[in-house]
Amino acid sequence: MSKAISTIQSSFVPLNIENVDTDQIIPARFLKATSRDGFGKNLFRDWRYSNDDENQPKEDFILNNPSYTGKILVAGKNFGCGSSREHAAWAIKDYGFDVVISSFYADIFKSNALNNFLLPVQVSEGFLQKIFKAAAIDSSKELNVDLRQQTVTLLSTGEQEKFDINVYKKTCLLNGYDDIDYLLSIRNEIEEFEAQKS
Amino acid sequence: MGKTLFDKIWEKHIVRSIPDGPGVLYIDKHFIHEVTSPQAFNGLEKRGMKVLRPQQVVATADHNVPTMQQHLPIKDELSRKQVQQLIDNCKKHDIELYGLGHPFQGIVHVIGPELGITQPGMTIVCGDSHTSTHGAFGAVAFGIGTSEVEMVMATQCLLQSKPMLMRINIEGELNNGVVSKDIILYIISKISASGATGYFVEYAGSAIRKLSMEARMTICNMSIEMGARGGMIAPDEIAFEYINGRLFAPSGDQWIKKMALWKELYSDQDAIFDKEVNINAADIEPMITYGTNPGMGISVNGRIPSEDQVAENEKPHFVKSLQYMGLQAGAKIKGKKVDYVFIGSCTNSRIEDLRMVASFVKGKKKADNVEVWVVPGSKQVENQAKEEGIDKVFQQAGFILRQPGCSACLGMNEDKIPAGKYCISTSNRNFEGRQGPNARTLLASPLTAAVAAITGEVGDVRDYLSTNITGEHSFNNLPVAQSGLLIEKTSNSPLTIDHEQSH
Repeated sequence: MSKAISTIQSSFVPLNIENVDTDQIIPARFLKATSRDGFGKNLFRDWRYSNDDENQPKEDFILNNPSYTGKILVAGKNFGCGSSREHAAWAIKDYGFDVVISSFYADIFKSNALNNFLLPVQVSEGFLQKIFKAAAIDSSKELNVDLRQQTVTLLSTGEQEKFDINVYKKTCLLNGYDDIDYLLSIRNEIEEFEAQKS
Repeated sequence: MGKTLFDKIWEKHIVRSIPDGPGVLYIDKHFIHEVTSPQAFNGLEKRGMKVLRPQQVVATADHNVPTMQQHLPIKDELSRKQVQQLIDNCKKHDIELYGLGHPFQGIVHVIGPELGITQPGMTIVCGDSHTSTHGAFGAVAFGIGTSEVEMVMATQCLLQSKPMLMRINIEGELNNGVVSKDIILYIISKISASGATGYFVEYAGSAIRKLSMEARMTICNMSIEMGARGGMIAPDEIAFEYINGRLFAPSGDQWIKKMALWKELYSDQDAIFDKEVNINAADIEPMITYGTNPGMGISVNGRIPSEDQVAENEKPHFVKSLQYMGLQAGAKIKGKKVDYVFIGSCTNSRIEDLRMVASFVKGKKKADNVEVWVVPGSKQVENQAKEEGIDKVFQQAGFILRQPGCSACLGMNEDKIPAGKYCISTSNRNFEGRQGPNARTLLASPLTAAVAAITGEVGDVRDYLSTNITGEHSFNNLPVAQSGLLIEKTSNSPLTIDHEQSH
């Protein structure tokens, strides 16, 4: 299974809303599943459909606008606040996004995204607004996200910004490692720690 | 340089630090529930592994359980399967489960402290963002995602970057009628729903020191609502007294040994925080939210901000919120009619909360236009309420006393607020659709909720307070166990509604 990510170049979906909480990303009533799959169809459920009905899409919601597609979701600041439900990251990934770009993330969402190889890229508020502006003019504009170089580039203008990610997480994402693999590799050390602690 | 409370606990739990990366943090207690654990168990099984330290894991069913007729099979098929999967997984992995029908069942953040499982100095995690509740005991407690649940199951450790540290000092005397829920709603309204992101918060100051443990839990519980990773309060005599004698609390020599350690758990005088916030307790009034994030709070006597009072970049969110809520910018909130009152959730469903509501409600009837749901936080709270006659008070008032669970806080089971309806809720989140699609939530304290239950509208509890001749406040001449100044929350205080009262 190739989970690794390095460079993503794609058009993007601009969700110009701030404080998007995980209850909006995936409402609680859809958390009854016991597997990680299939949450994408209920992504932003109550913003996407009227009366909880898939036959009544809300036309003004960006996911229902066929001009905007791609593997990158761009959202307003404080994305993913609220509940710790990892289902939010699963839903975004399952829908087909590999990257989220925002100017600010809630902590737990960020960890959950990273643990699912969904790259949360944090850009400045100014750069975020440039991306939204570009999208408003032309829905086919593309972004390039390069994890190795830690850069986001708006291809139409060549404007670029660097983003931060800690070295450990970057290595994990580039190689498809997860934290459990790492923790299991130091199991003896954990057991020694336990023995000393008690 | 001195150490903070957080540092003292963190450092004792670091197994190793990865250069330029996170630390490996050892976890003492892991609480699990039916909603965020199944995928973790599946992941573990895919790796052919068992839970490493099952004796350090405690499970309950709370998020997705019905709150009526819990003795019957769960009607909803998916919910039933999810709860059954927890039962099967716990059995397979030798984990203690306080499931439906068990006398200890309840909301995970209510039962941990009530059973004495939650103790000072521990690292505690749970796949739920309100795990910060346990920080009230001087524990490093925080919510995690399901992948992390799996990590802790597999290794009893987590990879964590050390957060920044913020201290919020609340000094002075609280106004009468102001309870701990008002304190935290006030703090969040000042700091904003994202203002503590990246931080772990310590609450300190004379106003905090006087609070009971249950009141402290309410405050730590909502730390996540300003983005904080967790919240904590240095343990003191009030904490030790609460813990002493509880089922899983240490006893005998163990107690003496633990006490020696626990008494060292405070921030040294010269400890440095990345940020300090000072709040004057006297500035806090009974609070209520009007918008769709917990930072959008005002005094119950206040006005919703007008558009020109809102920063330019906040305007789109503000306008969208008010539109959803069906409220007007600049309008007063007092007098707003409500349709539902929900008293429950891991924020406010403990026995002191129910006593507080009962002391106001005793002898009164609910307003005709409201439906009132009271959902106790645990079986033990429910039983205690019955023992004290609180159930009768609620019954006579026309409230419905349901069975323990998360219920309408997140509307995952059938306890949903209908579309367009207003609910005064003692829970923690007023997000769009949180209590049901298109439901409108106003967050408030149990006292403010009680006022709404009786009057059918948003009101100021202080309008119902009177001052007696000794200068002591009372509630319609009714002694009240817990509120700001003199009705401060006191742990295990005798129920005041048993007193003779005049109306």
